[in-house]
Amino acid sequence: MADFVLPRNSKVKSGKVWPKPEDTSNTRTFKVYRWSPDENENPSIDTYTVDMNSCGPMVLDALIKIKNEIDPTLTFRRSCREGVCGSCAMNIDGCNTLACTSFNSEVKGDIKIYPLPHQEVVKDLVPDMTHFFAQYREVEPWLKADSQPPERERLQSIEDREKLDGLYECILCACCSTSCPSYWWNADRYLGPAVLLQAYRWLADSRDEATGDRLDKLEDPFRLYRCHTIMNCTKTCPKSLNPAKAIAEIKKMMLERQI
Amino acid sequence: MNLQSPLGKARGLGAAKSGTNHWWMQRLTAIGLIPLSIWFIIEILLAVGNDYNGAKEFIRNPFTAIFLILFIVLTFHHAQLGLQVVVEDYVKRKPFEIGLLILIKGAAILLSLTALFAVLSIAFGGA
Repeated sequence: MADFVLPRNSKVKSGKVWPKPEDTSNTRTFKVYRWSPDENENPSIDTYTVDMNSCGPMVLDALIKIKNEIDPTLTFRRSCREGVCGSCAMNIDGCNTLACTSFNSEVKGDIKIYPLPHQEVVKDLVPDMTHFFAQYREVEPWLKADSQPPERERLQSIEDREKLDGLYECILCACCSTSCPSYWWNADRYLGPAVLLQAYRWLADSRDEATGDRLDKLEDPFRLYRCHTIMNCTKTCPKSLNPAKAIAEIKKMMLERQI
Repeated sequence: MNLQSPLGKARGLGAAKSGTNHWWMQRLTAIGLIPLSIWFIIEILLAVGNDYNGAKEFIRNPFTAIFLILFIVLTFHHAQLGLQVVVEDYVKRKPFEIGLLILIKGAAILLSLTALFAVLSIAFGGA
C-alpha cells in the first residue's frame, strides 16, 4: 500500500526564534525550514525578523540578508537573482516559485519558506536534484539528426520556430515537477512536467529527426501517462509556461501515430 | 546500499511501449457515458412505480436492451480503467498491486457479464 506513516524526519518542530532588530518597527517575520544532515535532529522552523528598511524587495534579498547579518548557517541555492537560472526555486507562502522573482510585499503575514516539496533535502532549503536531472538526461535533450549536416546553420521557418515558444523558456527550476502529486507518488518512474515539457520541446522542433524514437521512449503508463491533468504545474510555473499543455500535445502525438 | 547510477535509476526497466490505448479508451468511454448516463437516469425516473411486468416490457424493447448493454459495457470498462490508474498510483508493493489489478479486472468482467446475462434473459423472454 501507499505509505501512510510519515518517514523519519518528517515531523517538523518549532525552531529557534532569532532576536529582532532594534530601533525599527518596519520588520517582516520569516519562518524558514531548517534541517542539517550533521545533527541527528528532526527539521525545525526558525523565525527571523528582518529590518525591511535595509532589505531589498525580493524574498531572495531577505534570505541573503538573513544569511549575511543574522544566521550564516542558513543554506540555500541562488545565482542569477533575475529568474533565469532556476537555482532559488523553493516553496514560498505555500507555492513553489523562485525566491528572486517573488516580492516580499506579495505575501501577507509571516513569510513561510520551505524547500521544494517531496524531494530529499540536502540541507535547509537545498533539495537533492540528482534524480530530476538524471530524468532530464534520459529524454536526451539535444538535437538528433541523421541527415548530412548543412554547411551553415540548420534552417527553420519562422512558423516552425514559433512552435518552440513557451517551451524553450523553461529554466528547469523543478517548481512544476515538485508541485505535482503524481510526481510525488511516482517520481521513480513518472518523468514529471518539467522533463516532459523539455521532451516536447524536442518533439516540436522541426530540425529534429528522432521524433519516433523520442515517442517510443515516452510511451509508458508511468513515464508519460501518470499525468492526470491536475494542472498544479501550470499554476505554479514561475515563468508562466504551460507544462500541462505540452504533456497533452505529447499524448496527441502518441494517438496520432496510432490511428 | 544502492550504488546504481542516477541515469541507470532514471532509465529503470525502460518504456513499456503501451499506455496510449488505456488513456484513449478511458476518454472515449467517458464521452460515451455522458449521453448514456443521462438516458439511463431519465429512463429510471420514468420507470418509477412500474411493476415487474412493466420493467420486463421496458427491457424487451430492442432499443432499450441495446442501449442498456452498451451502458453496462462502457460503465464497467471505464470503471476498470479508472480503478487501475488509482491502484498504479498508490499501491507500491508489486505483488499486492498485481493482485489488486487482477481482482479489479475479474470483478468488472464478472459483474458486467451478470448484468448482461440479466438484460439478455429478459430481452429474449427467458425471465
